[in-house]
Amino acid sequence: MTTSDHLVDDALQTVTLTVNGSERTVAVPAHRTLLDGLRDEVGLPGTKSCCAEGECGACTVLLDGKAVNSCLVLCVEAEGHEVTTVEGLSADGLTDLQEEFLNAGAVQCGFCIPGQVVAAEYLLRTNPSPDEAEIREALSGNLCRCAGYQRIVRAVQATAERRGAAR
Amino acid sequence: MTTAPERALDELDISDDPGPGGQVGRPVLRYGGADRTTGAQRFVADLRFPGALQVALVTVPVGCADILGIDASAARAIHGVVDVVTPADLPSPMPRFGVSHTDRPVLADGRVNYHGEPVAAVVAETLDAAQAAARAVRVDYRELPGVYTLDAALAPGAHLVQEPSVRPGHALADTNVLEEAHYAWGDVEAEEGRSAVVVENTYTFPMVTHFPIEPGGTVVVPTDQGGLDVYSPVQHPYLLQRTIASVIGLPLNQVRVVAPDPGGGFGGKQNPKLEPLLAFLALHTRRPCRLVLSLEETFQSMRRAGCRIRARTGFTEDGELTFHLVEADFLIGAYADVAPRVMGKGSYVAAGPYRIPGVRIDARAVMTTTTPSTAFRGFGSPQVAWATESQLDAGARLLGLDGLEIRRRNLVAKDEAFVRGESAATADGEWRQSLDKAAELIGWGTPLPPNRGRGIAVGIKPGATSGLSQSLVRLLCDGSAIVYAGTSDMGQGARTLWQQIVADELGTPLDQVSVVSGDTGTVPFDLQTSASRSTVFMGSAVLEACRDVRQRVLDLYAEATGIPAEQLEERPGALVTPDGELSLPEAARTALGSLRGEFIGQGTRRLRGKGSHPLGGDAAFYEFNATAIEVEVDRETGELLLTRHVTVSDVGTELNPLQVVSQDEGAAIMGLGHSQMEQLLLDEHGRIRNLGALDYRIPTFKDVPVELLTAAVENHDGPGPYGSKGISEGALLCTAGALGAAVAEATGVVIRDLPLTPERVWTALQSAPDRAD
Repeated sequence: MTTSDHLVDDALQTVTLTVNGSERTVAVPAHRTLLDGLRDEVGLPGTKSCCAEGECGACTVLLDGKAVNSCLVLCVEAEGHEVTTVEGLSADGLTDLQEEFLNAGAVQCGFCIPGQVVAAEYLLRTNPSPDEAEIREALSGNLCRCAGYQRIVRAVQATAERRGAAR
Repeated sequence: MTTAPERALDELDISDDPGPGGQVGRPVLRYGGADRTTGAQRFVADLRFPGALQVALVTVPVGCADILGIDASAARAIHGVVDVVTPADLPSPMPRFGVSHTDRPVLADGRVNYHGEPVAAVVAETLDAAQAAARAVRVDYRELPGVYTLDAALAPGAHLVQEPSVRPGHALADTNVLEEAHYAWGDVEAEEGRSAVVVENTYTFPMVTHFPIEPGGTVVVPTDQGGLDVYSPVQHPYLLQRTIASVIGLPLNQVRVVAPDPGGGFGGKQNPKLEPLLAFLALHTRRPCRLVLSLEETFQSMRRAGCRIRARTGFTEDGELTFHLVEADFLIGAYADVAPRVMGKGSYVAAGPYRIPGVRIDARAVMTTTTPSTAFRGFGSPQVAWATESQLDAGARLLGLDGLEIRRRNLVAKDEAFVRGESAATADGEWRQSLDKAAELIGWGTPLPPNRGRGIAVGIKPGATSGLSQSLVRLLCDGSAIVYAGTSDMGQGARTLWQQIVADELGTPLDQVSVVSGDTGTVPFDLQTSASRSTVFMGSAVLEACRDVRQRVLDLYAEATGIPAEQLEERPGALVTPDGELSLPEAARTALGSLRGEFIGQGTRRLRGKGSHPLGGDAAFYEFNATAIEVEVDRETGELLLTRHVTVSDVGTELNPLQVVSQDEGAAIMGLGHSQMEQLLLDEHGRIRNLGALDYRIPTFKDVPVELLTAAVENHDGPGPYGSKGISEGALLCTAGALGAAVAEATGVVIRDLPLTPERVWTALQSAPDRAD
């Protein structure tokens, strides 16, 4: 191999996207993921990195309202799109869903929880009264090694009930 | 006894806050929990270090090789690269460290002993540059015939992982056996002679990896005073401080370890690994150096020891155990880490919590050229319990007994010895209650549809055998309080317990108690966060610090008011005076007067070891668990559907029922991981084939049993505050045994190798369709 094989492609691309309701412009190399762009360039470290290959869900964000693994989206692909991170969900304090996570004892080490919260929020927006099987299916891409799974299911159920009662 | 009702599906009452005096025993919500749901919680990778250099590790693509040369010229030419640090840049001889043996080099010392061991490190201005440069470092190596299995490591003439010169004259120097443990009592031969039934089998337990969702990392910042600030999400900040100080040659006060909460530890984040390297890089460059691990690098940094156990077990006609022989080989890695202790402590309980007249246990820690194995929730107990529990079921099947009955006949009563001889151990709980509760909750003995089966098993694990935890509690003049406790909060919720204890002991509202941890620069010494010790050890230290505060309040109140101290009495949350009872904060305000100030209480819990004891001392407590599983087996695919999973732990006292439930459910599901799906697979070069989340499966939402019930037995008989015991590991100790027995009952086929993957179950069903034993 020659030295040129290892040259770092650091030509920067300018990307403008809406993050949690605010327009943000960042300059990133083309290979930078949305996950890294959010954490390192936008300055929102609430979205977590674990497997970096779309298997664990720790990096879940909403892209145009749809839950995605932000490690599998290039930052440049988010040009012109709307991103909501866990920070955006909690901009006005704890949501009912976050409160129910706490009440259910679903939060242990906490590292997966931002991704779980975003994925669960997406589920509840698309299916306001999911049954247990639907919750397990919808969250099956979000790993929790503390294995608070049963607690998280309870938190989602309790939130659905609260929202249902409020409607 | 009291048993908490099964709590999987019903709501624990979190709504009714009784205020100070009633917090211990309540499902108080997690301290710091809100920040964990909003993303505000800062883990090590979230911390910002202006001017920090990024680090990438250089490795070779095999598990065992001699390093012939390292050419970093191309790497150094890459824009942004500050340096490539090789062993030539480190002190000579190569600095080494380790908790049980000082054997682990900061960088591979001429030889790579496991896949992923760093041979050099790149420091660069950006991560892209560091990673590109790491790929550009040319390492000339010659692959060696590494040993990646027990058979290979134990074969005559096997490649030796450790140079024999490291332990000259040692009987095992020319083998890959690092250490052995032997426990024996009774007359095994005579007991065999009176046995009606003898079963002999070999069991295997896979290598599995911790897979914390936070892979982790380290940042080291050189200070202007010549010291080092080390940021690492470690379970043992004080051990890391000592290790860094030792390898670098600094006094302890010049090494400050800041330990952000680990995003999951499970034992994998206890002992130093790459932190000493980062310390040298920071010294070398005089800049902050930052390494955030990938999940793949985490796989290459921590794992549980695999194990092969041959067991021979005898029973009377009535199903009473007569003897139990165990030969357990633990497949440890290239460096000792704490693996010899895992072997020694795990095998200490290899006869289980049973009354057995004759026992012989011979265990070995066998080195291989693989990732160093380390502590992992259960600490050797799950491996031996898999064999011993399965042996009980093997005997029961021959004797026509069921799994519950044979355990009832052999389980020791409270205060009865289950380890005999010089290093005897006795039951510290009414363990039969947990067994019976698990049987009740699983519906033991009720009819089952076809292809379903139930299994029940028990497990024990020794708690800490020595330790020291120190704590400070400051009662401030307005009645609020700050606790300093060095326990790492990695998800078990330690800080919540300290908050509860202080609220009750000082009469401070719960939300006015804050906890400081994770900083050796400000928080007093704590030996470690491991072995489910913190409730008992640090909890006792916090409790004692609160009592110290109360005594100080009493003394100063006497001085301030002129009331003789003999006429005052302190009690939890209150000071009793001749004029009536005052809340402690109120008494403190009066005592402090217009100058204000504060009270500082100190608490220490020390358990001295016993030099003569093979574990270094008697365990402070035992974790005891009974697990029962009902499974449905799909004979066409080998898939297991867990219809019900029950786990019951002997907890002494639940200080926080919600956290006990979380720990028990989490441990139970983690136990299903090594029982059903997890295993590290190596290729012929010693590389992990399933390296990463795509190919290494851990339990997901869809793997949780249809019903998962946990319960706790409370007899207030533990050595910790309010009669508590440690609880965080129990529910995975015997998961495998219960599942294996359930599958055997459902199918008539006994499988002795974990994990019970669909492929393995299906294959077993094909080869032995109608046979048990």
